[in-house]
Amino acid sequence: MRTLLDSFTFFGQHPGLMRDKTLAHLAISFASIGVALAVAVPLGVCLGHLHRGSFLAINVSNVFRALPSLAMISIGIGVLGIGFANVLVALVVLAAPVMLTNAYVAVEQVDRNAVEAARAAGMRAWQVLSRVELPLAAPLIFAGIRTGTVYVVATATLATFAGGGGLGDVIVNEPTYGVPGVIAGSLAITALAFAIDGLLALAQRAATPRPLRRQTRFSRTAATVTEPTTDRLVIQQS
Amino acid sequence: MLAPAGGPSPGPGPVIPRFGGGSSCVVHNGQFCASWFVDNFGSRFAPRLVEHIELTAIAVGVGMVIALAAALIAHRQGWFETPFSLLSAFLYTIPSLAFFELMVQVTGINRFTAEIALVSYTLLILFRNTLAGLRAVPPDALEAAQAMGLSRRQMLLRVELPLALPPIMAGLRIATVTTISLATVAAYIGAGGLGEPIFDGIQTGFKTEFIAAGGLAIALALAADGLLVAAQRLLTPWARRRRA
Repeated sequence: MRTLLDSFTFFGQHPGLMRDKTLAHLAISFASIGVALAVAVPLGVCLGHLHRGSFLAINVSNVFRALPSLAMISIGIGVLGIGFANVLVALVVLAAPVMLTNAYVAVEQVDRNAVEAARAAGMRAWQVLSRVELPLAAPLIFAGIRTGTVYVVATATLATFAGGGGLGDVIVNEPTYGVPGVIAGSLAITALAFAIDGLLALAQRAATPRPLRRQTRFSRTAATVTEPTTDRLVIQQS
Repeated sequence: MLAPAGGPSPGPGPVIPRFGGGSSCVVHNGQFCASWFVDNFGSRFAPRLVEHIELTAIAVGVGMVIALAAALIAHRQGWFETPFSLLSAFLYTIPSLAFFELMVQVTGINRFTAEIALVSYTLLILFRNTLAGLRAVPPDALEAAQAMGLSRRQMLLRVELPLALPPIMAGLRIATVTTISLATVAAYIGAGGLGEPIFDGIQTGFKTEFIAAGGLAIALALAADGLLVAAQRLLTPWARRRRA
Protein backbone atom coordinates (compact mmCIF):
# COMPACT_ATOMS: atom_id res chain seq x y z
CA MET A 1 0.00 0.00 0.00
CA ARG A 2 2.84 2.29 1.00
CA THR A 3 4.62 1.67 -2.30
CA LEU A 4 1.43 2.37 -4.20
CA LEU A 5 1.09 5.75 -2.49
CA ASP A 6 4.76 6.47 -3.17
CA SER A 7 4.19 5.72 -6.82
CA PHE A 8 1.37 8.26 -6.94
CA THR A 9 3.56 10.90 -5.37
CA PHE A 10 6.15 9.94 -8.02
CA PHE A 11 3.83 11.38 -10.67
CA GLY A 12 3.69 14.63 -8.72
CA GLN A 13 7.44 14.77 -8.23
CA HIS A 14 8.36 14.03 -11.84
CA PRO A 15 5.64 15.63 -13.98
CA GLY A 16 8.11 16.63 -16.70
CA LEU A 17 9.64 13.18 -16.96
CA MET A 18 6.29 11.41 -17.15
CA ARG A 19 5.00 13.87 -19.73
CA ASP A 20 8.08 13.57 -21.94
CA LYS A 21 8.16 9.78 -21.75
CA THR A 22 4.44 9.56 -22.51
CA LEU A 23 4.83 11.83 -25.52
CA ALA A 24 7.80 9.81 -26.78
CA HIS A 25 5.74 6.67 -26.25
CA LEU A 26 2.85 8.07 -28.26
CA ALA A 27 5.19 9.29 -31.00
CA ILE A 28 6.73 5.87 -31.64
CA SER A 29 3.30 4.22 -31.32
CA PHE A 30 1.55 6.52 -33.76
CA ALA A 31 4.37 6.34 -36.27
CA SER A 32 4.12 2.55 -36.27
CA ILE A 33 0.34 2.54 -36.38
CA GLY A 34 0.41 5.02 -39.26
CA VAL A 35 2.70 2.83 -41.34
CA ALA A 36 0.75 -0.33 -40.52
CA LEU A 37 -2.55 1.38 -41.38
CA ALA A 38 -1.27 2.75 -44.66
CA VAL A 39 -0.01 -0.66 -45.75
CA ALA A 40 -2.46 -3.14 -44.30
CA VAL A 41 -5.92 -1.61 -44.55
CA PRO A 42 -5.89 -0.59 -48.24
CA LEU A 43 -4.34 -3.94 -49.15
CA GLY A 44 -6.94 -5.86 -47.14
CA VAL A 45 -9.82 -3.83 -48.57
CA CYS A 46 -8.57 -4.32 -52.16
CA LEU A 47 -8.08 -8.06 -51.76
CA GLY A 48 -11.46 -8.39 -50.06
CA HIS A 49 -13.17 -6.41 -52.82
CA LEU A 50 -11.59 -8.64 -55.46
CA HIS A 51 -12.27 -11.80 -53.41
CA ARG A 52 -8.66 -12.78 -53.98
CA GLY A 53 -5.50 -13.38 -52.02
CA SER A 54 -6.99 -15.12 -48.99
CA PHE A 55 -3.70 -16.96 -48.60
CA LEU A 56 -1.82 -13.68 -48.18
CA ALA A 57 -4.49 -11.97 -46.10
CA ILE A 58 -5.05 -14.87 -43.71
CA ASN A 59 -2.28 -17.48 -43.81
CA VAL A 60 0.76 -15.26 -44.39
CA SER A 61 -0.71 -12.77 -41.97
CA ASN A 62 -1.02 -15.49 -39.31
CA VAL A 63 2.66 -16.34 -39.69
CA PHE A 64 3.62 -12.71 -39.09
CA ARG A 65 1.29 -12.57 -36.14
CA ALA A 66 3.23 -15.42 -34.52
CA LEU A 67 6.54 -13.49 -34.44
CA PRO A 68 7.50 -12.53 -30.86
CA SER A 69 8.03 -8.77 -30.61
CA LEU A 70 11.01 -8.87 -28.29
CA ALA A 71 12.72 -11.35 -30.59
CA MET A 72 12.04 -9.05 -33.55
CA ILE A 73 13.50 -6.12 -31.63
CA SER A 74 16.57 -8.08 -30.58
CA ILE A 75 17.32 -9.22 -34.12
CA GLY A 76 16.59 -5.67 -35.25
CA ILE A 77 19.30 -4.38 -32.95
CA GLY A 78 21.79 -6.54 -34.82
CA VAL A 79 20.51 -5.65 -38.28
CA LEU A 80 19.22 -2.07 -37.97
CA GLY A 81 21.02 -1.00 -34.81
CA ILE A 82 19.69 0.73 -31.73
CA GLY A 83 16.89 3.22 -32.16
CA PHE A 84 13.67 4.28 -33.78
CA ALA A 85 13.78 2.32 -37.05
CA ASN A 86 14.25 -0.99 -35.31
CA VAL A 87 11.30 -0.48 -32.99
CA LEU A 88 9.19 0.82 -35.86
CA VAL A 89 9.71 -2.37 -37.86
CA ALA A 90 8.86 -4.61 -34.90
CA LEU A 91 5.70 -2.66 -34.10
CA VAL A 92 4.54 -2.54 -37.72
CA VAL A 93 4.97 -6.31 -37.92
CA LEU A 94 2.90 -6.55 -34.75
CA ALA A 95 0.02 -4.35 -35.89
CA ALA A 96 -0.25 -4.94 -39.63
CA PRO A 97 -1.38 -8.61 -39.65
CA VAL A 98 -4.51 -8.12 -37.55
CA MET A 99 -5.43 -4.97 -39.52
CA LEU A 100 -4.89 -6.76 -42.83
CA THR A 101 -6.84 -9.89 -41.93
CA ASN A 102 -9.74 -7.95 -40.48
CA ALA A 103 -9.97 -5.56 -43.43
CA TYR A 104 -9.87 -8.47 -45.86
CA VAL A 105 -12.49 -10.57 -44.09
CA ALA A 106 -14.68 -7.54 -43.45
CA VAL A 107 -14.97 -6.64 -47.12
CA GLU A 108 -14.89 -10.21 -48.36
CA GLN A 109 -17.83 -11.22 -46.16
CA VAL A 110 -20.13 -8.39 -47.21
CA ASP A 111 -23.46 -9.85 -48.29
CA ARG A 112 -23.18 -10.75 -51.97
CA ASN A 113 -26.83 -9.89 -52.50
CA ALA A 114 -26.17 -6.33 -51.36
CA VAL A 115 -23.25 -6.04 -53.76
CA GLU A 116 -25.25 -7.48 -56.65
CA ALA A 117 -28.18 -5.20 -55.91
CA ALA A 118 -25.81 -2.24 -55.97
CA ARG A 119 -24.42 -3.37 -59.32
CA ALA A 120 -27.91 -3.89 -60.70
CA ALA A 121 -28.75 -0.36 -59.60
CA GLY A 122 -25.95 0.79 -61.92
CA MET A 123 -23.15 1.52 -59.45
CA ARG A 124 -19.59 1.36 -60.69
CA ALA A 125 -16.98 -0.79 -58.95
CA TRP A 126 -15.64 2.05 -56.82
CA GLN A 127 -19.14 3.15 -55.93
CA VAL A 128 -19.97 -0.37 -54.81
CA LEU A 129 -16.82 -0.30 -52.71
CA SER A 130 -17.28 3.13 -51.19
CA ARG A 131 -21.07 3.13 -50.72
CA VAL A 132 -21.91 -0.50 -50.00
CA GLU A 133 -18.92 -2.62 -49.07
CA LEU A 134 -16.97 -0.14 -46.93
CA PRO A 135 -19.91 1.02 -44.77
CA LEU A 136 -20.97 -2.58 -44.15
CA ALA A 137 -17.39 -3.63 -43.44
CA ALA A 138 -16.54 -0.63 -41.27
CA PRO A 139 -17.18 -2.18 -37.83
CA LEU A 140 -14.91 -5.15 -38.52
CA ILE A 141 -12.20 -3.05 -40.17
CA PHE A 142 -12.25 -0.76 -37.16
CA ALA A 143 -12.09 -3.71 -34.78
CA GLY A 144 -8.82 -4.71 -36.44
CA ILE A 145 -7.43 -1.20 -36.26
CA ARG A 146 -8.38 -1.02 -32.61
CA THR A 147 -6.77 -4.33 -31.69
CA GLY A 148 -3.61 -3.47 -33.60
CA THR A 149 -3.40 -0.05 -32.00
CA VAL A 150 -3.77 -1.38 -28.47
CA TYR A 151 -1.12 -4.04 -29.22
CA VAL A 152 1.27 -1.33 -30.40
CA VAL A 153 0.72 1.06 -27.50
CA ALA A 154 1.22 -1.83 -25.06
CA THR A 155 4.24 -3.29 -26.81
CA ALA A 156 5.97 0.04 -27.43
CA THR A 157 7.02 -0.39 -23.79
CA LEU A 158 9.66 -2.82 -25.10
CA ALA A 159 11.13 -0.03 -27.24
CA THR A 160 13.29 0.89 -24.27
CA PHE A 161 15.42 -2.22 -24.79
CA ALA A 162 16.40 -0.91 -28.20
CA GLY A 163 16.87 2.70 -27.10
CA GLY A 164 13.53 3.69 -28.63
CA GLY A 165 12.41 5.66 -25.57
CA GLY A 166 8.90 5.83 -24.18
CA LEU A 167 7.44 4.86 -20.83
CA GLY A 168 9.43 1.64 -20.82
CA ASP A 169 12.46 3.79 -19.95
CA VAL A 170 10.91 4.51 -16.56
CA ILE A 171 9.77 0.93 -15.93
CA VAL A 172 13.19 -0.64 -16.54
CA ASN A 173 15.24 1.99 -14.73
CA GLU A 174 14.78 1.01 -11.12
CA PRO A 175 18.29 2.18 -10.13
CA THR A 176 17.33 5.77 -10.98
CA TYR A 177 13.63 5.96 -10.24
CA GLY A 178 13.23 3.31 -7.55
CA VAL A 179 10.31 0.95 -7.03
CA PRO A 180 7.75 3.80 -6.94
CA GLY A 181 9.01 4.89 -10.36
CA VAL A 182 8.68 1.37 -11.74
CA ILE A 183 5.12 1.12 -10.46
CA ALA A 184 4.26 4.62 -11.63
CA GLY A 185 5.56 3.78 -15.10
CA SER A 186 3.60 0.54 -15.15
CA LEU A 187 0.42 2.28 -14.05
CA ALA A 188 0.92 5.04 -16.61
CA ILE A 189 1.36 2.64 -19.52
CA THR A 190 -1.62 0.56 -18.37
CA ALA A 191 -3.79 3.67 -18.12
CA LEU A 192 -2.60 4.75 -21.56
CA ALA A 193 -3.54 1.39 -23.11
CA PHE A 194 -7.02 1.56 -21.60
CA ALA A 195 -7.50 5.20 -22.61
CA ILE A 196 -6.53 4.52 -26.23
CA ASP A 197 -8.79 1.48 -26.26
CA GLY A 198 -11.71 3.50 -24.92
CA LEU A 199 -11.19 6.29 -27.44
CA LEU A 200 -11.06 3.81 -30.29
CA ALA A 201 -14.23 2.15 -29.01
CA LEU A 202 -15.96 5.51 -29.45
CA ALA A 203 -14.42 5.97 -32.88
CA GLN A 204 -15.48 2.47 -33.84
CA ARG A 205 -19.04 3.26 -32.85
CA ALA A 206 -18.96 6.48 -34.83
CA ALA A 207 -17.67 4.61 -37.89
CA THR A 208 -20.46 2.07 -37.69
CA PRO A 209 -23.50 2.92 -39.81
CA ARG A 210 -26.50 3.64 -37.59
CA PRO A 211 -28.57 0.56 -38.48
CA LEU A 212 -25.68 -1.73 -37.58
CA ARG A 213 -25.08 -0.14 -34.21
CA ARG A 214 -27.54 -2.08 -32.15
CA GLN A 215 -25.52 -5.27 -32.52
CA THR A 216 -22.41 -3.75 -31.00
CA ARG A 217 -24.08 -2.04 -28.08
CA PHE A 218 -22.75 -4.46 -25.52
CA SER A 219 -19.16 -4.32 -26.65
CA ARG A 220 -17.54 -2.14 -24.05
CA THR A 221 -13.93 -3.20 -24.12
CA ALA A 222 -11.54 -3.78 -26.96
CA ALA A 223 -11.41 -7.45 -26.62
CA THR A 224 -15.10 -8.05 -26.44
CA VAL A 225 -15.51 -6.52 -29.85
CA THR A 226 -12.32 -7.51 -31.47
CA GLU A 227 -11.79 -11.01 -30.26
CA PRO A 228 -14.90 -12.49 -31.85
CA THR A 229 -13.38 -11.09 -34.99
CA THR A 230 -10.08 -12.81 -34.49
CA ASP A 231 -11.94 -15.95 -33.53
CA ARG A 232 -13.94 -15.88 -36.66
CA LEU A 233 -10.86 -15.32 -38.77
CA VAL A 234 -8.98 -18.19 -37.37
CA ILE A 235 -11.97 -20.47 -37.26
CA GLN A 236 -12.67 -19.61 -40.82
CA GLN A 237 -9.31 -20.75 -42.08
CA SER A 238 -9.23 -23.91 -40.02
CA MET B 1 20.85 1.47 -18.66
CA LEU B 2 21.83 -0.34 -21.77
CA ALA B 3 25.36 -0.66 -22.98
CA PRO B 4 25.61 0.65 -26.53
CA ALA B 5 25.79 -2.28 -28.91
CA GLY B 6 28.87 -1.88 -31.04
CA GLY B 7 28.33 1.70 -32.08
CA PRO B 8 30.14 3.31 -34.94
CA SER B 9 33.62 2.80 -33.45
CA PRO B 10 35.75 1.00 -36.05
CA GLY B 11 37.90 -0.86 -33.55
CA PRO B 12 37.07 -4.16 -31.93
CA GLY B 13 33.58 -4.03 -30.42
CA PRO B 14 32.79 -3.79 -26.75
CA VAL B 15 35.06 -5.75 -24.48
CA ILE B 16 33.35 -9.02 -23.73
CA PRO B 17 35.62 -10.89 -21.38
CA ARG B 18 33.13 -13.65 -20.74
CA PHE B 19 32.95 -14.53 -24.39
CA GLY B 20 36.51 -13.68 -25.32
CA GLY B 21 39.30 -16.00 -26.26
CA GLY B 22 37.32 -17.21 -29.25
CA SER B 23 37.45 -16.74 -32.96
CA SER B 24 38.05 -13.37 -34.57
CA CYS B 25 34.30 -13.17 -35.21
CA VAL B 26 33.64 -13.20 -31.47
CA VAL B 27 36.48 -10.81 -30.72
CA HIS B 28 35.19 -8.34 -33.32
CA ASN B 29 31.57 -8.91 -32.26
CA GLY B 30 30.41 -9.97 -35.71
CA GLN B 31 26.75 -10.05 -36.71
CA PHE B 32 26.35 -13.76 -36.10
CA CYS B 33 29.19 -16.09 -35.15
CA ALA B 34 27.84 -19.47 -36.18
CA SER B 35 30.66 -21.46 -34.63
CA TRP B 36 30.21 -19.74 -31.26
CA PHE B 37 26.49 -20.46 -31.44
CA VAL B 38 27.09 -24.12 -32.20
CA ASP B 39 29.70 -24.43 -29.42
CA ASN B 40 27.45 -22.74 -26.87
CA PHE B 41 24.10 -24.11 -27.94
CA GLY B 42 24.11 -26.97 -25.44
CA SER B 43 25.21 -24.88 -22.47
CA ARG B 44 23.61 -21.50 -23.12
CA PHE B 45 20.60 -21.91 -25.38
CA ALA B 46 19.16 -25.41 -25.05
CA PRO B 47 18.29 -25.05 -21.33
CA ARG B 48 16.67 -21.67 -22.00
CA LEU B 49 14.71 -23.15 -24.90
CA VAL B 50 13.43 -25.94 -22.64
CA GLU B 51 12.49 -23.38 -19.98
CA HIS B 52 10.64 -21.36 -22.59
CA ILE B 53 8.64 -24.40 -23.69
CA GLU B 54 7.86 -25.20 -20.04
CA LEU B 55 6.74 -21.63 -19.30
CA THR B 56 4.47 -21.69 -22.34
CA ALA B 57 3.07 -25.18 -21.78
CA ILE B 58 2.22 -24.49 -18.14
CA ALA B 59 0.58 -21.15 -18.95
CA VAL B 60 -1.49 -22.49 -21.83
CA GLY B 61 -2.36 -25.69 -19.92
CA VAL B 62 -3.53 -23.89 -16.79
CA GLY B 63 -5.25 -21.25 -18.91
CA MET B 64 -7.10 -23.91 -20.89
CA VAL B 65 -8.35 -25.64 -17.71
CA ILE B 66 -9.64 -22.36 -16.27
CA ALA B 67 -11.12 -21.22 -19.57
CA LEU B 68 -12.80 -24.56 -20.20
CA ALA B 69 -14.36 -24.56 -16.74
CA ALA B 70 -15.50 -20.96 -17.18
CA ALA B 71 -16.89 -21.67 -20.65
CA LEU B 72 -18.83 -24.69 -19.39
CA ILE B 73 -20.30 -22.59 -16.60
CA ALA B 74 -21.17 -19.80 -19.02
CA HIS B 75 -22.68 -22.32 -21.43
CA ARG B 76 -25.10 -23.55 -18.75
CA GLN B 77 -25.53 -20.24 -16.87
CA GLY B 78 -25.69 -17.44 -19.42
CA TRP B 79 -25.14 -14.62 -16.93
CA PHE B 80 -21.58 -15.79 -16.26
CA GLU B 81 -20.34 -14.83 -19.72
CA THR B 82 -20.28 -11.05 -19.33
CA PRO B 83 -18.37 -10.77 -16.03
CA PHE B 84 -15.77 -13.35 -17.07
CA SER B 85 -15.35 -11.74 -20.50
CA LEU B 86 -14.91 -8.31 -18.97
CA LEU B 87 -12.38 -9.60 -16.43
CA SER B 88 -10.32 -11.48 -19.01
CA ALA B 89 -10.53 -8.55 -21.45
CA PHE B 90 -9.27 -6.26 -18.71
CA LEU B 91 -6.31 -8.53 -17.97
CA TYR B 92 -5.56 -8.88 -21.69
CA THR B 93 -5.28 -5.12 -22.23
CA ILE B 94 -2.60 -4.57 -19.53
CA PRO B 95 0.81 -4.17 -21.22
CA SER B 96 3.02 -7.16 -20.46
CA LEU B 97 6.07 -5.46 -18.93
CA ALA B 98 3.80 -3.38 -16.68
CA PHE B 99 1.82 -6.46 -15.67
CA PHE B 100 5.01 -8.32 -14.80
CA GLU B 101 6.43 -5.41 -12.80
CA LEU B 102 3.18 -4.86 -10.92
CA MET B 103 2.88 -8.57 -10.05
CA VAL B 104 6.51 -8.57 -8.83
CA GLN B 105 5.44 -6.19 -6.07
CA VAL B 106 2.94 -8.80 -4.89
CA THR B 107 4.54 -12.19 -5.48
CA GLY B 108 8.22 -11.35 -5.96
CA ILE B 109 10.76 -11.98 -8.72
CA ASN B 110 10.22 -15.58 -9.76
CA ARG B 111 8.63 -17.93 -12.25
CA PHE B 112 5.35 -18.13 -10.37
CA THR B 113 4.81 -14.39 -10.89
CA ALA B 114 5.49 -14.77 -14.59
CA GLU B 115 3.05 -17.67 -14.86
CA ILE B 116 0.27 -15.66 -13.21
CA ALA B 117 0.61 -12.98 -15.86
CA LEU B 118 1.03 -15.46 -18.72
CA VAL B 119 -2.04 -17.47 -17.67
CA SER B 120 -4.05 -14.24 -17.42
CA TYR B 121 -3.23 -13.40 -21.02
CA THR B 122 -4.47 -16.75 -22.35
CA LEU B 123 -7.90 -16.60 -20.69
CA LEU B 124 -9.70 -14.22 -23.02
CA ILE B 125 -8.97 -16.03 -26.26
CA LEU B 126 -9.43 -19.53 -24.85
CA PHE B 127 -12.66 -18.65 -23.07
CA ARG B 128 -14.27 -16.93 -26.04
CA ASN B 129 -13.29 -19.63 -28.50
CA THR B 130 -14.38 -22.49 -26.25
CA LEU B 131 -17.71 -20.86 -25.54
CA ALA B 132 -18.24 -20.06 -29.22
CA GLY B 133 -17.47 -23.70 -30.03
CA LEU B 134 -19.89 -25.06 -27.45
CA ARG B 135 -22.63 -22.74 -28.65
CA ALA B 136 -22.13 -23.69 -32.28
CA VAL B 137 -22.88 -27.38 -31.65
CA PRO B 138 -25.92 -28.14 -33.84
CA PRO B 139 -29.09 -28.78 -31.80
CA ASP B 140 -29.82 -31.80 -34.01
CA ALA B 141 -26.68 -33.51 -32.80
CA LEU B 142 -27.66 -32.87 -29.19
CA GLU B 143 -31.18 -34.19 -29.75
CA ALA B 144 -29.86 -37.30 -31.45
CA ALA B 145 -27.47 -37.87 -28.56
CA GLN B 146 -30.30 -37.44 -26.09
CA ALA B 147 -32.51 -39.83 -28.03
CA MET B 148 -29.72 -42.42 -27.93
CA GLY B 149 -29.87 -42.21 -24.15
CA LEU B 150 -26.53 -40.51 -23.50
CA SER B 151 -26.12 -38.99 -20.07
CA ARG B 152 -25.24 -35.35 -19.63
CA ARG B 153 -21.56 -36.17 -19.08
CA GLN B 154 -21.45 -38.50 -22.09
CA MET B 155 -23.02 -35.82 -24.23
CA LEU B 156 -20.38 -33.37 -23.14
CA LEU B 157 -17.43 -35.68 -23.68
CA ARG B 158 -18.61 -37.49 -26.79
CA VAL B 159 -20.68 -34.92 -28.66
CA GLU B 160 -20.25 -31.34 -27.49
CA LEU B 161 -16.49 -31.12 -26.90
CA PRO B 162 -15.48 -33.00 -30.07
CA LEU B 163 -17.78 -30.80 -32.16
CA ALA B 164 -16.41 -27.69 -30.46
CA LEU B 165 -12.81 -28.69 -31.20
CA PRO B 166 -12.08 -26.56 -34.29
CA PRO B 167 -12.59 -23.19 -32.55
CA ILE B 168 -10.95 -24.51 -29.36
CA MET B 169 -7.88 -25.55 -31.35
CA ALA B 170 -7.87 -22.19 -33.14
CA GLY B 171 -7.92 -20.49 -29.74
CA LEU B 172 -5.11 -22.70 -28.44
CA ARG B 173 -3.07 -21.71 -31.46
CA ILE B 174 -3.43 -17.97 -30.88
CA ALA B 175 -2.92 -18.39 -27.13
CA THR B 176 0.25 -20.43 -27.64
CA VAL B 177 2.01 -18.05 -30.01
CA THR B 178 0.96 -15.10 -27.85
CA THR B 179 2.38 -16.81 -24.77
CA ILE B 180 5.65 -17.66 -26.51
CA SER B 181 5.98 -13.98 -27.40
CA LEU B 182 5.15 -12.71 -23.90
CA ALA B 183 7.33 -15.34 -22.22
CA THR B 184 10.42 -13.72 -23.77
CA VAL B 185 9.56 -10.56 -21.82
CA ALA B 186 9.05 -12.65 -18.65
CA ALA B 187 12.81 -13.22 -18.47
CA TYR B 188 13.00 -9.62 -17.27
CA ILE B 189 11.52 -10.72 -13.95
CA GLY B 190 13.69 -13.79 -13.62
CA ALA B 191 11.43 -16.35 -15.22
CA GLY B 192 14.17 -17.75 -17.45
CA GLY B 193 13.47 -18.78 -21.00
CA LEU B 194 14.86 -17.39 -24.25
CA GLY B 195 14.37 -13.82 -23.09
CA GLU B 196 17.31 -14.32 -20.75
CA PRO B 197 20.00 -14.56 -23.44
CA ILE B 198 18.19 -11.77 -25.32
CA PHE B 199 18.42 -9.38 -22.37
CA ASP B 200 21.89 -10.62 -21.48
CA GLY B 201 23.14 -10.12 -25.02
CA ILE B 202 21.59 -6.66 -25.32
CA GLN B 203 23.22 -5.66 -22.05
CA THR B 204 26.69 -6.88 -22.98
CA GLY B 205 26.30 -5.84 -26.61
CA PHE B 206 27.33 -9.27 -27.87
CA LYS B 207 25.33 -9.55 -31.08
CA THR B 208 25.50 -13.29 -31.67
CA GLU B 209 23.86 -13.99 -28.32
CA PHE B 210 20.76 -11.85 -28.73
CA ILE B 211 20.35 -12.51 -32.43
CA ALA B 212 20.56 -16.27 -31.85
CA ALA B 213 18.13 -16.15 -28.93
CA GLY B 214 15.70 -13.97 -30.90
CA GLY B 215 15.95 -16.34 -33.84
CA LEU B 216 15.28 -19.31 -31.59
CA ALA B 217 12.21 -17.60 -30.12
CA ILE B 218 10.87 -16.90 -33.60
CA ALA B 219 11.60 -20.47 -34.69
CA LEU B 220 9.82 -21.78 -31.61
CA ALA B 221 6.74 -19.65 -32.29
CA LEU B 222 6.56 -20.73 -35.92
CA ALA B 223 7.14 -24.39 -35.04
CA ALA B 224 4.43 -24.31 -32.36
CA ASP B 225 2.04 -22.61 -34.77
CA GLY B 226 2.73 -25.21 -37.45
CA LEU B 227 2.39 -28.13 -35.03
CA LEU B 228 -0.94 -26.84 -33.76
CA VAL B 229 -2.26 -26.44 -37.30
CA ALA B 230 -1.26 -30.05 -37.98
CA ALA B 231 -2.87 -31.21 -34.72
CA GLN B 232 -6.00 -29.30 -35.57
CA ARG B 233 -6.26 -31.05 -38.94
CA LEU B 234 -5.62 -34.47 -37.43
CA LEU B 235 -8.17 -34.01 -34.66
CA THR B 236 -10.93 -32.55 -36.81
CA PRO B 237 -10.86 -34.33 -40.16
CA TRP B 238 -14.54 -33.51 -40.74
CA ALA B 239 -13.85 -29.78 -40.79
CA ARG B 240 -11.41 -30.26 -43.64
CA ARG B 241 -13.76 -32.44 -45.64
CA ARG B 242 -16.64 -30.04 -45.26
CA ARG B 243 -14.54 -27.25 -46.69
CA ALA B 244 -13.44 -29.28 -49.69
